Formats: sequence, C-alpha cells, structure tokens
Amino acid sequence: MGALSVNTTLLRKMLVGFVRDEVYKVGVKKGVLGLSGGIDSALVAFIAAEALGPENVYAYTMPYKTSNPESEAHAKLVADALGINYKVIEITPMVDAYFGLVPDADNMRRGNKMARERMTILYDHSAAVGGLVLGTSNKTELLLGYGTLHGDMASALNPIGDIYKSQVWALSEAMGVPHEVIEKKPSADLWAGQTDEQELGFSYRDADELLYRMVDQRMTREELIEAGFAADFIDNVQRKVQGSHFKRRLPVIAKVSNRTIDRDFRYARDWGK
Amino acid sequence: MDFTVALAQIKPKLGCLADNLAIAEAAIEKGIAEGAELIVFPELALTGYFLKDLVPDVALRLDAPELQKLKDLSRHISIAIGLVEVTSDYRFFNTALYLEEGEIRHVHRKVYLPTYGLFDEQRYLARGEHFRAFDSRFGRIGILICEDMWHLSAPYILAMDGATSIICLSSSPGRGISDAEGLGSAGAWQRLTSTTAMFLNCRVFYCNRVGYEDGINFWGGSEVITPSGDVAVRGAILDEDFVLAKVDEGALRRERIFSPMMRDENMMLTVKELRRIERERG
Repeated sequence: MGALSVNTTLLRKMLVGFVRDEVYKVGVKKGVLGLSGGIDSALVAFIAAEALGPENVYAYTMPYKTSNPESEAHAKLVADALGINYKVIEITPMVDAYFGLVPDADNMRRGNKMARERMTILYDHSAAVGGLVLGTSNKTELLLGYGTLHGDMASALNPIGDIYKSQVWALSEAMGVPHEVIEKKPSADLWAGQTDEQELGFSYRDADELLYRMVDQRMTREELIEAGFAADFIDNVQRKVQGSHFKRRLPVIAKVSNRTIDRDFRYARDWGK
Repeated sequence: MDFTVALAQIKPKLGCLADNLAIAEAAIEKGIAEGAELIVFPELALTGYFLKDLVPDVALRLDAPELQKLKDLSRHISIAIGLVEVTSDYRFFNTALYLEEGEIRHVHRKVYLPTYGLFDEQRYLARGEHFRAFDSRFGRIGILICEDMWHLSAPYILAMDGATSIICLSSSPGRGISDAEGLGSAGAWQRLTSTTAMFLNCRVFYCNRVGYEDGINFWGGSEVITPSGDVAVRGAILDEDFVLAKVDEGALRRERIFSPMMRDENMMLTVKELRRIERERG
C-alpha cells in the first residue's frame, strides 16, 4: 500500500499555479468558495489564498438549522487563519420555505436541496464580487458520485478534483490547515451525526487505495483480488463509479446537425485565453 | 563553432496568434540583446497546444505575412519555432520552422502525432513524412517535435543523416504526481533527453512550454544536454524562464573521440536487417 503518498511541495505548486493561471486568464482576480468547516474546502481556501492573495478570496459558510455548530466554528478558524473575506449566510429560511410546500421529502431530497441552495448563493456572490466559484470536491468523492449534481459539485474551477482524499489530508498537513479540521471525521453535515464513511460503508483510506489501482493503474478485477481487496468491496466501488458517471458529464444532447456541441464542435474552455 | 543558445520557455495563449507572435518577438529581442545566436521555442509556440477545432483557424501558410517579422529577425539570430502550418492542399501540420539569415532554412512536420490518453493530435492534424537533418551555421542539425523523440528511430535517423545537434520542441503536459522529487512525465523526459544525447553523441536542445490549458499544466524544465548526456542547464519547473547556455564545440569533438559509437554505427547492417524484417512481415 502507500501508493498514494505524494510530493506535497510539487503538488502545492501545481495547484496554486492552476488557480492563479485559470482565474487570471478569465480576466478576474478573485475566487469564491463555500467553506463548510471540512477539510476539502479548507484546503481549497488555503490554495486560493496563496494563489490570489487572501484579500481576493471570498468564503461563505451556509449553515442550515440542523448543521453541527462545530462546522461553523471550524470554518471560522480557517478563515481567520488565512485572513480571507468571510461571511455566514443562513440557508434555513429559503430551504424551510420550500419544504413547507413538500413536507414529506426525505433526507436525501433535503440534503440535495441544501447543497443546491448553497450553489445558488455562491454563484450569486460570484457575480457580486466578480470572482470565480472554486470547486471543493476531491477525486474520491467525484469518482464515487458522493456529491450533489449542480450542488456542491458545481464550480468554475476545481483545484482538488484530481487528488484523492488521502492526498487531501497530506497536502492539508503540508499547507498548515488547522489540525481540528484535518483530524475530525469527514461529514457532509446534512443531518445530525452523519459521517461520510458510515454512509458509504467503507473508509476513505480503503477506497483511495482501491480507486488508485482501479482508475489510475487500470488493474483488472483479478489483479485487485490478488492485491488483497475483497471481491464485494471491488464490485461495490465499481458500481458506484459507473452508476454516478452521469454526474461527471455534461447533459446528453440529441444529435441532429453536423456539428453538435462537444461531439464535433470541440474547443477547449480556455479558447482564446 | 562555439555559440550561445537560448531556450524560450514561454506560456502561449490558446488560439491567439497575434499575442503569441508578440511574445515570441519579445523573447527573440531579448535573445539578441543577451548575445544568443540561436533561440528555440516550444512546440506550437505561436498557437497553444489543445487547439482541437481551432487548428484551421490558427494555421499559417509558410509564405504568410505574419511570419515575415520572424524571417527578418532571423538575420540577427537563428530561430526554431512551432506553429500550425497549412499547405495548399489544405492539410494541417504540427510544424517546426528553422529560420536563419532571413529565410526558412528547414521545415519539420511532426511525424508521430500522439492519439492516446490525453492526446488527440491525429484527429486534427496530418502526419509528417520525413526526418531530415540540414546544415546551419552551427553545423548539422536535426529537429524533432515532442512525441517524435519517443520513437528511437527518429533521432537515430537524424544522427545518421549527420546531425550533431538535436533540437526538440515540446508541449509536454505535466502528470504523474507521486512521492518522487519530480513529476512522472518530467522524469521520463529527463531520462530520454540524456540517453538520446549519449546514444548519438550529440547535443540536445529541449524546449518545453509552461502554463495551463483547461487545467492541464505544461511543466517546462527546458534543457541543454551535452553530447555526453549531462545537463548543462535546466529551466524552471512550471514557471516561465529564459534559459541561456554556452555551447562548446570542443565538448562535441572530445565526446566523439572518447565515445565513437556513431563512427562505428553500422548503417548498412541496420538497413539490411530492417529490410529482412520488412520482407518477413510481408
């Protein structure tokens, strides 16, 4: 094991350079992000502050009434450590107004609504301050589909989308993210007591070791079993990756013309930049 | 002859010919001011790399007025630079030009267009058909573009054609993070440039770009490799740089005396065996 250990000095340089370059080339100087109190958004805040300067980073914590108060405290800890712009915006009134109309919605629908409510607030502030929304989904979450489409998965740029959770931990240590944030159990904090690993049914460390071999190294199922992974764990993770693939793609367009967007009308997003 | 080479480790803008020409011209002026006699730019320096459907929009004919300034500047400094070339039959090539004394002295069209992993060149570009060395005021030179270098036969042919300097123009994406000191792609290239120089007893001038296109970084690390395979100088990793190096004719002479592998290379045997393989493969 240990295939995921990473040269954090080099990784930091690549990700800081990425944020700076991709923000500036759009013609703006600022970045906007949701700061949940968790490690992923804390790391993105650290990267953004180094890339753009703390005065150009705008972070928002958007608690719902059931959110753990510790999350907000941790978010503030990160914002204070960096000296970035910081604001708390309660989403309870908007979310409750909607669920007043559909009172029977389950936890998943409520969680998704909250994630999308936060997205609309971030994009509104993106327009208000003139900055790009920075994504905070890591590679593990993106591959497992453990995120809300058009919610927390929405962003203009994502500096951490190609690094696994284990690498997020390592880089966070190296960049000085507060220990309280690094050491706590990862949680989407959509309802009381929720933890990611409990909900997923396996640990991020195990998932990362498997995903790295499955995705990055393209090992076969037989090779993975040989390497010591349980068959049902492999199959479970494989199902999650495949089943959530739609979340990682643009909407499918019905082709009728000779040049269809993204199919045979192909340009980089950095076209002309 | 001894001479000074400059490697312009620039950050082109994707699809912006005019901006990139300005960047190139500024680097050339700097090279002239600093006493360089040869300046090398990255692959597709005038256009950027992930062009996709922009290829026809940024392509230039070799007689395009946009290239006149570069031709004029080459009276003061020899220039190797990458662009998209369009021919009169509307094929588009990933091309490197060598300009010297006011004219295009050599054209190399990239032969090996990578179309795997994150690369998609063959979808958009036509494939070059030649590896040819040519004479310059610095002796005989061979030009390769990025992926060409990964095919052992390419620098071999150039060296057998008499090249004692290999210029490689590159847009190499940085990838393969691990606990190693450098990126996987950077380490692989560094082994390749050094080994190529050692095998062929020739200098290698490797110029790689920097910057990001749609999140993909280009790692830089341009370098001058001596004929013994040593790194004479290496540019910054991931940052823009302007690398200057003195090139010593004596080092080439000495290496060719100490390690006369190219003198001893049996070209006829190689050709004979390749013909046999060709016959046997049918």
